[in-house]
Amino acid sequence: MSSDEEDYYMDSDDDMMDDVQDEDTSDIDMDDDDDDTDFGYDFKVGSGSKHKSYQVDYTSLSQPRVEQTMKEDVDHICGIFGVDAGTASLLLRNESWNKERLIEKYMDNTTKVLVDAGAAQPEFALVRPSTTARRSARSTSKLLSFKKSSNPTSSPEQPERIPSTSFTCPICFDDSPDLKQLALHCGHAACSGCWNAYVISKIRDEGEHCIRCMTEGCALVATDEFIHDLLVGPPGSPAPTAVTPIDPSADVHENAVAFNRFNQLLVRNFVSSNPNLKFCPFPGCTNTVECSLGSGKAVLTSVVPTVKCGARGIPQDTSDLKEGVSGKATFSSALGSSGPSGGGTSIHDKEHVFCFGCPIEGDHRPVVCAVAKMWMKKCEDDSETANWIKSNTKECSQCQSTIEKNGGCNHMTCKKCKYEFCWVCMGPWSEHGTAWYSCNRYDEKGSIDARDAQSRSRASLERYLHYYNRWANHEQSAKLSLDLYLKTEKKMEDLQLTSSLTWIEVQFMRRAVDVLLSCRTTLKWTYAMGYYLARGNEKDLFEDNQRDLEKAVEDLSELLEGPMPTEVDAAAGSGSGEGGGGGGQGGQGSISELRQKVTDKTVYVQKRNEIVLDDTAQGFLDGRWRWNTSIDGFEDPADEIRVD
Amino acid sequence: MASISSRRLAKELMEIKNDGCPVGINLVKADDFSTWWFTIQVMGESLYKNEQFTLQFRFDPQYPISSPAVQFVVTDGKEAPVHPHVYSNGHICASILGNEWSPVLSVIAVCVTLQSMLASCKEKQRPIDNDRYIKHAPENPKKTRFHYDDDT
Repeated sequence: MSSDEEDYYMDSDDDMMDDVQDEDTSDIDMDDDDDDTDFGYDFKVGSGSKHKSYQVDYTSLSQPRVEQTMKEDVDHICGIFGVDAGTASLLLRNESWNKERLIEKYMDNTTKVLVDAGAAQPEFALVRPSTTARRSARSTSKLLSFKKSSNPTSSPEQPERIPSTSFTCPICFDDSPDLKQLALHCGHAACSGCWNAYVISKIRDEGEHCIRCMTEGCALVATDEFIHDLLVGPPGSPAPTAVTPIDPSADVHENAVAFNRFNQLLVRNFVSSNPNLKFCPFPGCTNTVECSLGSGKAVLTSVVPTVKCGARGIPQDTSDLKEGVSGKATFSSALGSSGPSGGGTSIHDKEHVFCFGCPIEGDHRPVVCAVAKMWMKKCEDDSETANWIKSNTKECSQCQSTIEKNGGCNHMTCKKCKYEFCWVCMGPWSEHGTAWYSCNRYDEKGSIDARDAQSRSRASLERYLHYYNRWANHEQSAKLSLDLYLKTEKKMEDLQLTSSLTWIEVQFMRRAVDVLLSCRTTLKWTYAMGYYLARGNEKDLFEDNQRDLEKAVEDLSELLEGPMPTEVDAAAGSGSGEGGGGGGQGGQGSISELRQKVTDKTVYVQKRNEIVLDDTAQGFLDGRWRWNTSIDGFEDPADEIRVD
Repeated sequence: MASISSRRLAKELMEIKNDGCPVGINLVKADDFSTWWFTIQVMGESLYKNEQFTLQFRFDPQYPISSPAVQFVVTDGKEAPVHPHVYSNGHICASILGNEWSPVLSVIAVCVTLQSMLASCKEKQRPIDNDRYIKHAPENPKKTRFHYDDDT
């Protein structure tokens, strides 16, 4: 999605549609109801080849779209092997959807492939000469005694039927005559109730899409069609849309939920098998992103594949499951419908931004995955410890062991090297003479030297904390921007009430907060980058850009959080409501002034952000950045720059 | 669902009462459809000659779709057999009680399997990780994710 970065609507009145440039491929408009409120949401996915150096090409896929792709693969295999769709799906699932490998193996040893995938029984495939004939003739699972006497397709299956008079379900030992028997190919029949309970428990409790025959030692796997017929009823039933499970006593709702989950499991299996696909990690989201990064991991040292799945917010029922990664979307469901925007287009519904290349749920541009991961790990391990060490300990001036003073006098003896020193001046204790319990020797040479050594050893800790504190500060600010969203929405409502500006015209506030937030994310990660960058001109330039962006962001932030101009004197109220034309001058003046200021600043901030992102990304592509430590996928730093 | 479970157990119990248990296995108590006890002995020449163990079966309402919780009783002076797959708290590491459970298996089938597991034992010893396991073991052995590392 590139509209955020590429075209900021300078003035979002009438000409906004003209601003849409650069997008020649698929535009996905997230709102189906084409009213005025959705103009900010134009979704551009996969903006062709014309993208900035810090963007990657990707496509956002909904679950039905992925299912469509799966179906195409299945059809492809059906066409080649001459098997039915259910078998083809089993074969593909077993081979991790790798068509080429499957075809190769299938040609090599058909029987083995079929047996491995649970599509045929070993003896069945080996002994019976007519396997192909049987398989091609709608060879999916037989619903043995399912009442389809009126259905002509049931006649070939007639021999498979077990006389229902003498049937006792081997699972529940029920032998009532109206029991419905079901079995896969293998003919291991059980009653519909047991099948239903079994399949549901597999899907719901175990999250298993590969459901084997219930009989011990039978490796046959139920086809998709079998599951479908069992849970939601066979095709061609009187009401195709209604859920009519085969088992008469099954809970219709539970079955429908389980079948839905089954389809999700299949999609997940497909997505996780394909390196070019990644599931949106946001809770409750079912979208998938397709992104071909080319030659796998190596490319991650030069690009940061930040993608958006196209969905926003968090579905109602999962909103309380998990605090969103930056806490952005959690209030969406609570507030989404209250705002004037309504209908799920509230400003709290944040887009699902995540990195395609690593598990970080969010935008970690401009740093590449390896650096981001290293930084996260370091912060996890070190930040609290480092803070504590900094405030509670000193280093022995001889052996540099870290020492915590937990009582006693100032006469310290290092446990490790037995060096005796004074805790106050850090000088050697021998110079203290008889002044045992006080230290007035601050300026003596010995203690100055000791403190110098001390401060040198503290430098690296200080350095880390410098970067960490700024990183954490931006993270915190980004979290607080949730509040800012709420406040801004309130202000936008006020603006509408008290001035002649329309809802569309007050969108500038929302845009500003959006931009602010994304820039804070960028800033945050620039500190992770800065920590690992080796000293030099490149780093200086990088930090200049960083500083400019930071300054701009803070200015905009202040502008947004400052008081709104008072509107009391807009009482003249001659605003016609039509585009906010020439109406009342009084308070209107200050409002439009503010609007101008915010808009200008937003554009500037966005520009600065773009510069940072672009320059950094370009640097990665050129291999310009040098690190002060060894990082996965990069050359090890030369020794002289390693020491910082 | 509860009806499947109790109907199935009622049938199993009836079969046990009518046909009796296989040699070496005896029903101790089956007063309800939640907990059954059996005694188990290994017949013929084996390391466990003349020893008798008590097996406890616990069934949830999803039985037989879900496996029963099976363990040796280690209270009231009873002890679990010393076996590489049996922990001293009575928990049993056997694949048919976990991921290879199949609804067509029955209580008696489990007993027979465990009996043969004991009979084929070559050396009396506890599992290597016994001490570590029993320190943290859940009350219900079904909550343990066993790693089935051989096929005995």
